[in-house]
Amino acid sequence: MKTANQHTILKAEQLSIGYKTKKKETVISDNINFELENGQLIGLVGANGIGKSTLLRTLISVQPKLSGNILLNNQALESISASKLATQLSIVLTEAITSKNLSVFELIALGRQPYTNWIGNLSNEDIRIVNNALAQVNIPDLKDKKCYELSDGQLQKVMIARALAQDTDIIILDEPTTHLDMYHKAYILKLLQKLTKDTKKTILFSSHEIDLAIQLCDKMIVMQKDSVVFDEPCNLISNGVFESLFPGDLIKFDNTSGCFRVKK
Amino acid sequence: MNSQNTYYKTFTVLAVLLLVCFFLNISLGSVSIPFKSVFSSLFGSTENKIWQTIIIDFRLPKAITAILVGSGLGISGLLMQTLFRNPLAGPFVLGISSGASLGVSLVILGSSLFGGLLAGSIMSNWSIVIAASLGSFLVLLAVLAMSSRVRDTMAILIIGLMFGSITAAVVSVLSYFSSAEQLQQYIFWGFGSLSNLSWKEILIFFGIYAIGIVISVFSIKSLNSLLLGDNYAKSLGLNLKQSRLLIIIATSLIAGTITAFAGPIAFIGLAIPHLTRQIFKTTNHKILLPAVFLFGAIVMLICDSIAQIPGSDYTLPINAITALVGAPVVIWLLVRQRKMMF
Repeated sequence: MKTANQHTILKAEQLSIGYKTKKKETVISDNINFELENGQLIGLVGANGIGKSTLLRTLISVQPKLSGNILLNNQALESISASKLATQLSIVLTEAITSKNLSVFELIALGRQPYTNWIGNLSNEDIRIVNNALAQVNIPDLKDKKCYELSDGQLQKVMIARALAQDTDIIILDEPTTHLDMYHKAYILKLLQKLTKDTKKTILFSSHEIDLAIQLCDKMIVMQKDSVVFDEPCNLISNGVFESLFPGDLIKFDNTSGCFRVKK
Repeated sequence: MNSQNTYYKTFTVLAVLLLVCFFLNISLGSVSIPFKSVFSSLFGSTENKIWQTIIIDFRLPKAITAILVGSGLGISGLLMQTLFRNPLAGPFVLGISSGASLGVSLVILGSSLFGGLLAGSIMSNWSIVIAASLGSFLVLLAVLAMSSRVRDTMAILIIGLMFGSITAAVVSVLSYFSSAEQLQQYIFWGFGSLSNLSWKEILIFFGIYAIGIVISVFSIKSLNSLLLGDNYAKSLGLNLKQSRLLIIIATSLIAGTITAFAGPIAFIGLAIPHLTRQIFKTTNHKILLPAVFLFGAIVMLICDSIAQIPGSDYTLPINAITALVGAPVVIWLLVRQRKMMF
């Protein structure tokens, strides 16, 4: 059901990830296949320690893959130069930014760096894009605040706005909902969904909010011990993928509600 | 950034202040010279040749040295604080001053140990300068060689500190075996001094300093992206290793020459960036860099004016003045602000 204006942004083929030292290779996960299209919201879920972060780190080219292919806009990821990659892929990480003394505007404007000149001067177009990013995540009133004045939820919106200002085809977020309350978890993920529809960007995020992800994502990547499944949430439910996600002694996936329940 | 325009006024005030401090500095000294004669001496239209010599050959070089030292230490402090994400970093975290003190202590204190080689040699200005440069260069090289092996920026900071401990230990061993006069001479070097530089020395000083400043200016964009952290900076297309190396080279050129020519001047490099951030409420290095330049130069000129105690023959150690003037200011700011941001 691919329509004419849909195309693949990020593709993984037979991907194997892990750590390589001189002596040996530690495979965290292998045989990973997926194809992310523009305008899609994709959730990456799995138990702690299963390799979600390793996969994301490999996809944003912080760490090398072990084997297989990663194609970004039909080009092998490792062959894309750092400066070109910066115009195609932007990130939101769990790690705190170094300087909380940055103002919100300054921080988002740093997203324009791949496009600015040697000293980083902002053109009128850059300023328009930054203001637009502020509007897209509904925080124009925070513009002149310093980052240390913000709540966790506000800061997360600012980091998303920064990634938007970088104007890339795909945004990859590592656990954007940690440290947030229930309302803000839903708010952020809903915002991401809206952004994929409005901007036609691809957004990939890892999360532990499996029930929210089921409701909001177009596709999901589910990482398990021995396999990685990529499909639409409803198919994943009917195939019983979520039931085998965690050890069965404590919680159980309820197919009808799409939520996990604690065993009584 | 768009807040840039609002800083023009502050910049103008600082520039005027710098000029005022500059003229104040050269018109004050052990010999009192009327302000009018200071001007006429500067432009070579005075009858009093002695006054002219004092101004042109002594006070002017000293004022220029003060400007170079203050601005240079401030800027290298700013670079290090951003690179190491640490408000406590200063220009000397890479072991530059400890390397220099090692070199100088070997020349001054070691002369009794390695007697034959240096016996009777006159401690000229140049031998100290060369020893200091060589020492800081070698220690820096060692730190650099190791830092290219480690991936974590924080590890470089610790390696630099460790080298500082090693050189300090060597210096204390040397001091143990030296005579009182040698110790005194070494301690005097440690006080730092802005005077005694000839025009030729200033020219060399300025040349190396200028290269360092130019590299710093070209690092502005990478410094800004480093404010987000290494991984974000990389995702913005920054070549992390190369930018890190450039920033370290700029700092070592600037702080290295300053230490070689003026001794290990403490405090300025750490304090000036913080003081500047109190006035310029921005993290953009495009604004901070020139601001730190102006601020550092002004503070150093003021400290030097105080150190020479106008009207008397005494000159206090500049190192003592920078800390005496600066430390209370920083404490006062911190107590008022309750937190240190960078």
